[in-house]
Amino acid sequence: MTAPQIEVFLQTLIAGFLLGGLYALIGIGMTLIMGVMKIINLAHGELMMVSMYIAYWLFTLFGLDPYLSVFVATPVMFFIGVGLQKFLITPVLKVDSILPENQVILTVGIGMVLSSLAMLFFKSDYRSTPVSYATSAWYLGDYWKGSPIELSLSVPWTVSFVFALAITAGLWFFLTKTDTGKSVRATSQDPQAALMMGVNVDRMRMLTFGLGSALVGAAGCLFIPIYYLYPSLGGQFTLIAFVITIIGGLGSTAGAIIGGIILGVFESMTATYIGMGWAPVGRFAVFVAALIFLPGGVASLARKRKLGK
Amino acid sequence: MKRYLPLFCLALLAVVPLVGLNSYLMHILILFVMWSVIGMSWNLLGGYCGQVSFGHAAFFGVGAYTAGILYTKTGLSAWWGLPLSIVAVTLVALVMGFIVLRLRGPYFALATLAIGEVLRVTAENLTNLTNGDVGIMIQERTWVEKIWYYYIILAVAAITFYLVRAVIQSKLGYYFVAIREDQDAAESLGINTTLYKTIALTLSAAITGMAGAFYTNYMGYIDPKVVFALHDISIVAIMVVMVGGVATFWGPVVGSIIMILMAEMIRSVPMLGTAHQTFFGALLIFIIIFLPNGIVGDFKKLRRLVGLGRPS
Repeated sequence: MTAPQIEVFLQTLIAGFLLGGLYALIGIGMTLIMGVMKIINLAHGELMMVSMYIAYWLFTLFGLDPYLSVFVATPVMFFIGVGLQKFLITPVLKVDSILPENQVILTVGIGMVLSSLAMLFFKSDYRSTPVSYATSAWYLGDYWKGSPIELSLSVPWTVSFVFALAITAGLWFFLTKTDTGKSVRATSQDPQAALMMGVNVDRMRMLTFGLGSALVGAAGCLFIPIYYLYPSLGGQFTLIAFVITIIGGLGSTAGAIIGGIILGVFESMTATYIGMGWAPVGRFAVFVAALIFLPGGVASLARKRKLGK
Repeated sequence: MKRYLPLFCLALLAVVPLVGLNSYLMHILILFVMWSVIGMSWNLLGGYCGQVSFGHAAFFGVGAYTAGILYTKTGLSAWWGLPLSIVAVTLVALVMGFIVLRLRGPYFALATLAIGEVLRVTAENLTNLTNGDVGIMIQERTWVEKIWYYYIILAVAAITFYLVRAVIQSKLGYYFVAIREDQDAAESLGINTTLYKTIALTLSAAITGMAGAFYTNYMGYIDPKVVFALHDISIVAIMVVMVGGVATFWGPVVGSIIMILMAEMIRSVPMLGTAHQTFFGALLIFIIIFLPNGIVGDFKKLRRLVGLGRPS
């Protein structure tokens, strides 16, 4: 490979890695909900869209920086999530019906209502937040004078990535070190046993749905400086979140991080070497490959290693 | 009486256009019958076999594009798409089944959804074959009068109705229900679940594909965003069945009437036109919480709710 080719390759790798960090945040939210409640939240992307609109309006009306709106939108999304679980999903868990997939179809309904309400109120215009640092970047050449290749690191992408890392670390701390976090994990492993140990399973479910929504809400705020916003954007992110959880292993938080990064790198490779429009197909190719060759996801590899010892 | 109900309905539907309906009412009737066909085919896979598919737009779109590509590339009449779409869609369903039928429940649902989306993106990008976003236009319509289209789709619907009933009342149907109720138990009783799930998927796909090929002929124009639409095809297919009644013979027909009427009513209100999905979504949430087995499935409960039920 010649120097320009290496440059393109490395640049693509960096872009994929940064994208992957954000994807991981979306994936973790979904995997948490899936682990604790055993349902797939098909309104996940739409919740992200709602949070992006919150960030957008905060920026447009009050000039609040999207990165600061993380601290506003995330709690709001948490309460929206808790409300959805309490008033819509919990009642359906008790209803008896022929198809057990009712809860999944219910989340589809929620997603439809959210995206078409957004369409009704905000029209289908593409919007973005024109922040001052949107196109600024750090260049390798500035720091290392005689560098043979030139690489750049976009400022908003990097800041978003760092935020995503911080939030993930905070979540890890919550899940492993606090009592509430441990209760959430207990509910995920065995709701019956958790109930007998005195865990309020219903409340944990609400908390989890809230947490999942808050995480994807945070991801929305981090995405808006680098992406554009339109009402029907949710669907594709729901799919992304699902593909990540399949790659990572269902219900596994660490797997979701690895899955997010794999998907991000793969997508950015597809976009560079095959064509922008094919990125969703590349996403699906990873998905099928994961299903056929690694049905348990990355998490199953780690488990196998442990058993082998 | 109950035995002759389907025949009676068929006769009624066959006579209705003779009273001289205008073009718009005929259009609604055709849409209603077409959605009944799609609903019945979804019900076969989702309602009876328990495999909730979110990707019926994939089959609908492949059927529609089979007819369209046949017309643009070979110059044959797009009507040949009706029989040929069965072949094309069956192939797609077999490949798809190989991938998605190893998944269960919600994972199956999402995998089918992903496949539908991927086929849409593929159709958008394969511009040589599909014209991409420009779409395919059938230049000359076969008939100006809508009545012939109506009779063709009505014939397809009648065949579908009897086919689904024959399948469900045969041994195959009992296998399907056994798989829906408990796949592991069915497997341990010696039912080859993969084989029967593939049969259900293929049958369901082929019927939906035929509806898609009909759509190309009837509308005269297709593009990837319309025929591979997630919300306007895949989800509506689910809603038709959920609203009408899961795993009932008449559910899809009733659901189709309600959905088409509702869609047209909302569309006629100028301000709300773009928001029809809000109402669809709200209806879906309502149905799932209060009538989880649909109007036909929970008919007794519905009568009790409105206070007409006899105390039993």
